[in-house]
Amino acid sequence: MIKILTKIDGINNVLENNNLLEIEFEKKNIIKIFNELRDNTELNFNQLLDITAVDYPSREFRFDLIYILQSLTKNKKIILKTFIKENENIESIINIHKSADWYERECYDLFGIEFINHPDLRRIMTDYNFEGYPLRKDFPLTGHTEVRYDDLEKKVIYEPVKLTQEFRNFDSESPWEGMENKLFGDEKSTGEN
Amino acid sequence: MKEVELNTTTINFGPQHPAAHGVLRLVVELEGEVVQRAEPHIGLLHRGTEKLIEYKTYLQAVPYFDRLDYVSPMCQEHAFALATENLLGINVPERAKYIRVIFAEITRILNHLLNIPAYAADIGAVTPFLWCFEEREKLLEFHEAVSGARFHAAYFRPGGVHQDMPEGMEEKLFDHFKTLPKFIDDLESLLTNNRILRQRSVDIGIISKLEAIEWGCSGPVLRSTGVAWDLRRSQPYDAYDQVDFEVPVGKKGDCFDRYLVRIEEMRQSISIINQCLNKIKPGPISIEDNKITPPKRNQMKKSMEALIHHFKLFTEGYRVPAGQVYSAVEAPKGEFGVYLVSDGSSKPYRCKIRAPGFAHLQTLDHLSKGHLMADIAAILGSLDIVFGEIDR
Repeated sequence: MIKILTKIDGINNVLENNNLLEIEFEKKNIIKIFNELRDNTELNFNQLLDITAVDYPSREFRFDLIYILQSLTKNKKIILKTFIKENENIESIINIHKSADWYERECYDLFGIEFINHPDLRRIMTDYNFEGYPLRKDFPLTGHTEVRYDDLEKKVIYEPVKLTQEFRNFDSESPWEGMENKLFGDEKSTGEN
Repeated sequence: MKEVELNTTTINFGPQHPAAHGVLRLVVELEGEVVQRAEPHIGLLHRGTEKLIEYKTYLQAVPYFDRLDYVSPMCQEHAFALATENLLGINVPERAKYIRVIFAEITRILNHLLNIPAYAADIGAVTPFLWCFEEREKLLEFHEAVSGARFHAAYFRPGGVHQDMPEGMEEKLFDHFKTLPKFIDDLESLLTNNRILRQRSVDIGIISKLEAIEWGCSGPVLRSTGVAWDLRRSQPYDAYDQVDFEVPVGKKGDCFDRYLVRIEEMRQSISIINQCLNKIKPGPISIEDNKITPPKRNQMKKSMEALIHHFKLFTEGYRVPAGQVYSAVEAPKGEFGVYLVSDGSSKPYRCKIRAPGFAHLQTLDHLSKGHLMADIAAILGSLDIVFGEIDR
């Protein structure tokens, strides 16, 4: 199976890792690759399980876009991965896998990745009129707005988050683990002399 | 210009509706009483679980999984525990594997014992609801006995299970599961040949084999179409390769088939539990590495080392080697998967939860087209929708 996969145009890297294949591909070939993966009888990846992304803010290609596919006939799962920049978009695969509809909407909602040719790319998880992309690493855990019922206005109102206590993120990682156990003057005892 | 007169009514179903099984807002376009389009608006229960997990250690992330699909908590912890163990490269002891299988199956029965009567209640039968809740209560006592909590158990942890079953538990389980098949027979005598249930569910919400696969369906929804696909069988985890069970499949893929598949799955679960109870042997219930699982309490009273381990484990947690993994289990509702990315620290860098219900709810528009408005309640019930896992 790995041999067939590496032959497909646009697939760069195939890694096997405990019964799970991890594949990197080029985003411009996405439609061709997904068609091939589904229609090739040797592969037959007929079920799209999930689409998600991982955010690495410091990289030029900010997002890893992940597709998880399953072949029910070959009993195999693969993870496909491509890298995209912050303001880049990618072709939707909704015409190949119907289930991509909501998965792409979710990805758009939480990461702000746009899918071209998606018929109905709206937010799905977050509130109506929500702003920002919550799963990006630069989005604060507490969010930007909070809601409450205002008794005077007789309606639910949105206001900026007010924390009674500052958000605390404890760094409890031990300082000594991984530290070289070296004392001043040690270099003298291990040198050539 | 030609004028076209649209004779449709748009109504708003939910977000507060007893048949919506939680907080589902459904915008339904009707022509007369026939559904033209049903568009689910989800996310009303979105709590940002995936984001929260990024700020918690691996151990602290476990309880979030109980709160996803809150009627089958342990199966979800199972997926997370397997994913973390996979990244850590550890293997849990034999007894822990059997305990996990036993409780995963109890959870499956619990889930179906809620879904079946809730579905029946949606289409007009009230008695099964009361019957099943009594039975669920008995099973929840087993949850409570091992974990101290009826629902939010946090029992399956990376490295094994939290604590061993109390003494005499095996016999109690054995006795209980002798009586349960009788209950399922009684339940079936109320429902399976009931005229109203059949009228409301046979040939309603049909999904074909191919469509079910295309839409990403799994679990009873996929099996009801005739695809014998069960992760416990095809990609066995823990002790599922040691037990013998059958995978029930349907023929048509309608609401009635989904109901029948669930009934049979409960019987199979009982058989799996009985086999496990026969095979389970005394032994350790979690790996004996205090860098990952906490030391025993009496050790902590005597050993400084154990105390340090305990402290470090519950403050810093353990570091997980960098990498990515996707682990899936056959949860009662379908394939529940966890895609975990670690950057080598003690907190997950990214944890994506693949909820079966999300894929199933997506098919609602397709399933309900051309049916009556009242059938939407039946279809929703048969898909086994729980918003905790869909909205995450």
